[in-house]
Amino acid sequence: MDTLTLILLDGIAFASWLFLVSAGLTFAYGVLRILNIAHGSLYAIGAYTGATLAGLVLHSGANPFLAYPVLVGAALLVGLALGPLLERGFLRRVYDQEEVITLLLTFAIFLILEDGMKLVWGVSPIIVAEPYALLGQLPLAGVTYPVYSFLLTGVAIVAGLALWVVIDRTRFGKLITSVIHDREISAALGVNVPRICTVAFTGAAMLAALGGAFTAPMVSVTPGISADVIVLAFAVTVIGGLGNISGGAIGALLVGLLRATAIQFFPALDLFVVYALMAVILLVRPEGLFGGVEVRRI
Amino acid sequence: MRARSLSRWLVQGAVLLAIIASPPGRAAAAPAGAPPQVTIGIVTFLSGAASGPFGLPAKTAAEFWIEKLNREGGIGGVKIVPVVVDEAGPTDQVVTNYRRLVTDQKVDLVIGYISSANCTAVPPVAEELKALTILFDCGTNRVFENAQYKYVFRTAAHTGIDGIGAARYVLSVKPGVKTIAGLNPDYAWGHDSWDIFEKAIRKLKPDVTVVDTLWPKLMQGQFASEISKLQADKPDVIFTSVWGGDFVSFIEQAKPRGLFAQSLVVINNDGANVEELGHDTADGIALGFRGPHWISIPNPARNPLQQQFIDGYRARYKKYPMPHGSYHVVQALQGVKAAYEKAIKAGGRWPGVDDVIKALEYSEFDTPSGRIRLAIGHGHQAVEEAVYGTTRFDPQLGFAGLGGIKVFPVKCVNPPDGVKVVDWIEQGFPGAECP
Repeated sequence: MDTLTLILLDGIAFASWLFLVSAGLTFAYGVLRILNIAHGSLYAIGAYTGATLAGLVLHSGANPFLAYPVLVGAALLVGLALGPLLERGFLRRVYDQEEVITLLLTFAIFLILEDGMKLVWGVSPIIVAEPYALLGQLPLAGVTYPVYSFLLTGVAIVAGLALWVVIDRTRFGKLITSVIHDREISAALGVNVPRICTVAFTGAAMLAALGGAFTAPMVSVTPGISADVIVLAFAVTVIGGLGNISGGAIGALLVGLLRATAIQFFPALDLFVVYALMAVILLVRPEGLFGGVEVRRI
Repeated sequence: MRARSLSRWLVQGAVLLAIIASPPGRAAAAPAGAPPQVTIGIVTFLSGAASGPFGLPAKTAAEFWIEKLNREGGIGGVKIVPVVVDEAGPTDQVVTNYRRLVTDQKVDLVIGYISSANCTAVPPVAEELKALTILFDCGTNRVFENAQYKYVFRTAAHTGIDGIGAARYVLSVKPGVKTIAGLNPDYAWGHDSWDIFEKAIRKLKPDVTVVDTLWPKLMQGQFASEISKLQADKPDVIFTSVWGGDFVSFIEQAKPRGLFAQSLVVINNDGANVEELGHDTADGIALGFRGPHWISIPNPARNPLQQQFIDGYRARYKKYPMPHGSYHVVQALQGVKAAYEKAIKAGGRWPGVDDVIKALEYSEFDTPSGRIRLAIGHGHQAVEEAVYGTTRFDPQLGFAGLGGIKVFPVKCVNPPDGVKVVDWIEQGFPGAECP
C-alpha cells in the first residue's frame, strides 16, 4: 500500500515537472507549427534568471518566502524579453519554409543561447536550494515528502488551467484557434496573425522559463541543463500528441507514473520505460495519443 | 601633464630594465639538441556537463602550473607551450582531434582525457602514431588491465581505489553495516564504480546484503523517486557515484528529506562542487578522493609544492584547486618534467621519445599530491592513497570541511602490478597492507 502511495506521489510530482517543461513546447507547435529546439535554452535561461534573482532576494535578508513570487517574475521577465525577440527576429521569417529549416534555425538559436548563458553566468553552478526546503516536509507513506513537490504540482495545474482558459474561454483563444486551423483564411478574415503568433510564442517562452525557474531550487543550475530537458520534453510531447495541451498533460502523467513504478520495481528500466512508451505509441498512433490526424492537401 | 608622462616613462623604463636584467630562469641552459619549445597538447572538457566540475578546473590549473614551470626554467631549460583542445564530442571526434594534435599541430606529447570512454579509445591510436600520451584524470581501471601500451601512461590512480577505499571506510566508521544500496548514473562509470564497491564490501563483510540498485540517467537532475525508494528501504549505507550537476541536485533534494541522517551516504566523486555548494552542503556524507588531494591532504605544511599550488591558485582564481582535475593535471605535468629531466641527465642531450618513456616507466616524482609512483600497469599506471572523510560545514572555509579523515595507504587499496582489481578483490586482497 505504501509503495502504491509512493508511486502515485512520485509519479504526480515528476509528471507536474514534465508538464511544466513540455507545455510550452507543445503550445508553440500547436500555434506556430514550429518544433522549437531552443525551448530547452529558454528553460535554462529561466532557471538561471530564477536562481540569480531568488538568490539576490534570499541574500538581501528579505522575507525568504518572497523567493516564490520572484521565481514567477523571473519566468515572465525571460518570456517577455526573449519571446518577441526570437519570434519577430527569427522564427517569423521561416514559417513558410520546410520544417527542416525551422529545426536548423531553432537549433542554431539553441547553440547561440547556450554560449550566451556561459558568457553571462559562467560555468560554475548556481545553487539556490532554500526555496526547496523552506516549505518543510510532510511524513507520508513512511517517507518524508517535500512540500515543494506539491507546490510544483500546483504551479503545473495553474499553468495548465490558465492555458485552457485562454484558449477555450477567451476571444483571444478563439483567434488562436482560428490561426491554428488556417492561417491564411484567418488573415483574410482580418485576424492579425503576426500579432497572435508573437503573443503565442511569448506565452510558450514564459512557460519554458517557468519550468526552469521552478526547477532551479531543486537542481544545480549549470551549463548543459538545456540539452537534457529538451529530449525528455520532446518525448512527453510526442506521446501526448504534438500541439495538444491536454494530451501533453496525460503524456506527462503517463511517463511520470510509469517511471515511478519502474524505480520501485525494476530500477534498471528507469530510462527505458519512458522511451519504450514513446516507441509503442509512435508505432500504434504515430500522431500521439491525442494528436489530430493530419490531412494532406493536394 | 609633462611631469606625469615623464614619471610614466621612468616607470616603464624601470620595468623594461628589470626584465632585461632578470636572470633567464633558475634552470641551467638547455642541453644539446634542445628544441625552441616543448609543445604539450592538453585535452580537457571545455564544454558540456563535465566542463564545470572537472574540465575547466583542470585547464586553469594546467595553465597556472605551466606558467610557474616556465618561470622556473620550463623543462630542462626549454619553455612549455600548451595547446588546449576541447574533449567534448563523440569518441570518434575525440580520436580525430587527437590525430590532428599529433600529426598536424605536431605536439611533442599529449596530456589529456577525463572521460573513461576517451581513455580507452585514444591509447591504440597513440601506439600507432608513436606519440607520448599521458592520461591525467579518467578513472576506468581497464586501460592497463586489458592491454599493454608503450607510449601511454596514467599519472593518477584508477577508480579501483575509489571503491575499495569506500568499502574500507564504511567498515571503519560503521562496522555493523548490514544493508547497502547503490545510486549510480546509468553508464560505464556508474556501473564500474558500483561493481567495485559492492564486490569489495561483500568480500570484506560477507553478510552484507544489497537492498537497492538504482540507475538514474546521467544528468537527470531529478532524484525524488529514488530518494523515496531509499527512504522506504532504509539501507544502512548508500553508495553513489553521481557527479557534477547530479551531485549537487542529489544533495539539494535529499538533505531536506533527511536521507543523510537516515543512512550513511558514501560519494566517490572527489569533491567537485563542494566549494560551490557552500551553505547548502549536507553534513555527515562520506566523501572520497582518488588520491590524496584535499585542502589539508597530503599536508601543505610539509609539501611545499602543495602550498605553492593552493596559494598561487587561490590568489589567481579566488578558489581552491579542485581536488580532482586540478591536482591530476599537475601530477601529469610534474611527471613529464621529471621524466624529461631524468632522460637529459642520463643522455647528456635532449631526449627522444623512447628515452623519455624509459625514464618515465616505474618512475617516482613529487607533486602537490605528494610523491607519485608509476608502480603498476608495467610501470605505466600510478598508484595513490585513497582518502575518505565525513563532511561537516566549516564556517571558516564557507563550505564543507572534512572530519574523521582516513588515508588508506597505497598497498591497502591498489592491487599489485599485473593483477586486475576485480581479481584482487575476489581473491580476498592478497598482499594488502592496511593499518
